[in-house]
Amino acid sequence: MALKTEEMVLNMGPQHPSTHGVLRLELVIEGEIIKSVTPHIGYLHRCFEKHCEVMTYPQIIPYTDRMDYLASMCNEFGYVIAVERLMGIEVPERVEYIRVIMAELQRIASHLVAIGTYGADIGAFTPFLFCFRDREKILNLFEITCGARLLYNYIWIGGLMHDLHPDFIRLTKEFIKEFRPNLKELNDLLTFNQIFIDRTANVGILPAETAINYGITGPNLRASGVNWDLRINDPYSIYDRFDFKIPVGKGENGTVGDCWNRYYMRILEMEESLKIVEQAINQIPDGDVSSAIPKRVKPPAGQIYSRVENPRGELGYFIVSDGSVNPTRIKVRAPSFVNMVVFGELCKGHMVADVVAILGSIDIVLGEIDR
Amino acid sequence: MIYDWLYSLTGSEMIAIGVQSLLPLYLFILPFALVAVLLERKVAAHMQDRLGPMRVGYHGLLQTIADILKLLQKEDTVAADIDKKFFDLSPLLVFAGSYAAFAAIPFSGAFMGSNIDLGIIYIVAVTGLVVAGILMGGWASNNKYSLLGAMRAAAQIISFEIPTLLIVVTVIMITGTMNLYTMSEWQTGYFWNWLILGGPDFGIAKILLTPLMLMAFLIIFLSTLAEVNRTPFDIPEAESEIVAGYHTEYSGMKFAIFFLAEYANMFAISAVVSALFFGGYQSPFGYLGNLLEIGWLIPIEQFFWFTAKGVFFVLVQMWLRWTLPRFRVDQLMSFCWKYLIPISFVLLLLVGLITVL
Repeated sequence: MALKTEEMVLNMGPQHPSTHGVLRLELVIEGEIIKSVTPHIGYLHRCFEKHCEVMTYPQIIPYTDRMDYLASMCNEFGYVIAVERLMGIEVPERVEYIRVIMAELQRIASHLVAIGTYGADIGAFTPFLFCFRDREKILNLFEITCGARLLYNYIWIGGLMHDLHPDFIRLTKEFIKEFRPNLKELNDLLTFNQIFIDRTANVGILPAETAINYGITGPNLRASGVNWDLRINDPYSIYDRFDFKIPVGKGENGTVGDCWNRYYMRILEMEESLKIVEQAINQIPDGDVSSAIPKRVKPPAGQIYSRVENPRGELGYFIVSDGSVNPTRIKVRAPSFVNMVVFGELCKGHMVADVVAILGSIDIVLGEIDR
Repeated sequence: MIYDWLYSLTGSEMIAIGVQSLLPLYLFILPFALVAVLLERKVAAHMQDRLGPMRVGYHGLLQTIADILKLLQKEDTVAADIDKKFFDLSPLLVFAGSYAAFAAIPFSGAFMGSNIDLGIIYIVAVTGLVVAGILMGGWASNNKYSLLGAMRAAAQIISFEIPTLLIVVTVIMITGTMNLYTMSEWQTGYFWNWLILGGPDFGIAKILLTPLMLMAFLIIFLSTLAEVNRTPFDIPEAESEIVAGYHTEYSGMKFAIFFLAEYANMFAISAVVSALFFGGYQSPFGYLGNLLEIGWLIPIEQFFWFTAKGVFFVLVQMWLRWTLPRFRVDQLMSFCWKYLIPISFVLLLLVGLITVL
């Protein structure tokens, strides 16, 4: 006689140690096996898109900071590029270089949080603090540049808030020198730890076809073996001048597209970002960073969709302008939101502990999902 | 022995037993927990490139005392619709289980709670009480996370008791006694007489036993680690998955008792492992008391060596905790049933053969 078992609904979040913010998951479980997952979002909704309609274009920049709050520089970068394309502004060389340096440093900082919290999700707390130690150094670099550590408002339409700090180049070089051995240490401690591999390899496998069908972008898509990165495939700013590779998931420890691959993509991307920062810092020209800043930001009537490669994937801004100082409509394609969609699919049939592993490997930021 | 001394001092059996049974608590577990909590935080902090508690006292020395004062003042929050009786009983049962184990542990040649002949078997049996306590607390909490945690704990502790017992039986076959005091006395002398190096009898058996005993030590250390839910086996209280497992709903002093039990457990397994394999309270290099011919110095030295060995293994546990990630439930079970249990069976057979020959 078989025992009668019942399914149990487990409410995970919005206050839970590993839902990465205020996400609520409704898990239907049988014992420890997941039957279905329903994510409930919206706890951090701040009406970003509606708010933009009553503000001028430069006023929107601080609000973009608050979307993906772990990659504020990249958010500003994407928005500013969209408006500049709409207005047809050419920015000076130096500005482009500084923007790329900032965006890539921000990418490293953002991936460090992703990796650190992922380690904490799996149960290893020490790598988390190692990652935050290194991120701290990047935040210090941002702090001497623009005074803020998290929400910068540094990249302006047509230029920058102000020029680099005189020490910036030297400190960045020092950071790169310190960071490389730390990254190796992190790999020894976590990435190639056998327990970590057992926990993450062959878990939450996302095949390339499914990933494309769901519109997954960023490291999650590349971990599935698809070579797609907007910095190469649809170059913006001056990314075509640098020599760097796009890491693609190979399934070293399991299947292509599993959690370990998604995690490992971020490690490899940090190394590539270091290369870009190194090249940019050696080539950076002199110049005035505010010469192209328009007195009045008033784009001509029209619309534009512009996208950049954020740490979490393709961040797109769709802007409709009626020729006034306020945008008529701004729509954001948030990578975390799109990546989140596939989450329920990945979790089915796994265990409760794997939900945490899969969620961490997708690396969502709730500020961006809810906006 | 302390008991005889107390008996002659007070003339009453009751008082002697009463005082003696409280001694490990006040002399050992409470001070040890005080030190170990701070030690754990400091060890973790220095492994993670930070300082840890620094504000209360010199380098945060009084931090634990401040924490205890805070816990004492806290409101004892009780959620609605819980089974109050079992909810209150659970922390006591968990603590009783781990405290009772200290009764049969010889702290030194002159001090041992109770010199029972079943010794080690008694310890393994009485720590089984902890499972009941955890299951009770998880079930009574009326919280799904607690329930999941308690179920995980029950499955894990019961599974890992099997390899523990198998190794204990292996050791009993060699020593011929279950009494931890006799076992420690048997390993007397210098460190090459310890069981981990094959025991005090020289000959082919010693050479054959040494590698087997190393294996046995590793297995019993891992499985007792899993029994007390320490990382990498802290699945019942996996913070990132099920919040705090079976003690999610506990606050204030009830939580503190769970916490105390965890630290008592940490020391208990270190003590058992060192009593079985590392000569218990025996000094590795002979005694200063023998050299100077001061008789009363020897038990104190023995107490020192016992504590030192215990703290060493506690430090190893901390080192593991702050280095390794956590297993998943099914991986943990397959680790136990597919690796630890078969290997301990083979060890049992081999050691049996060696002792018979």
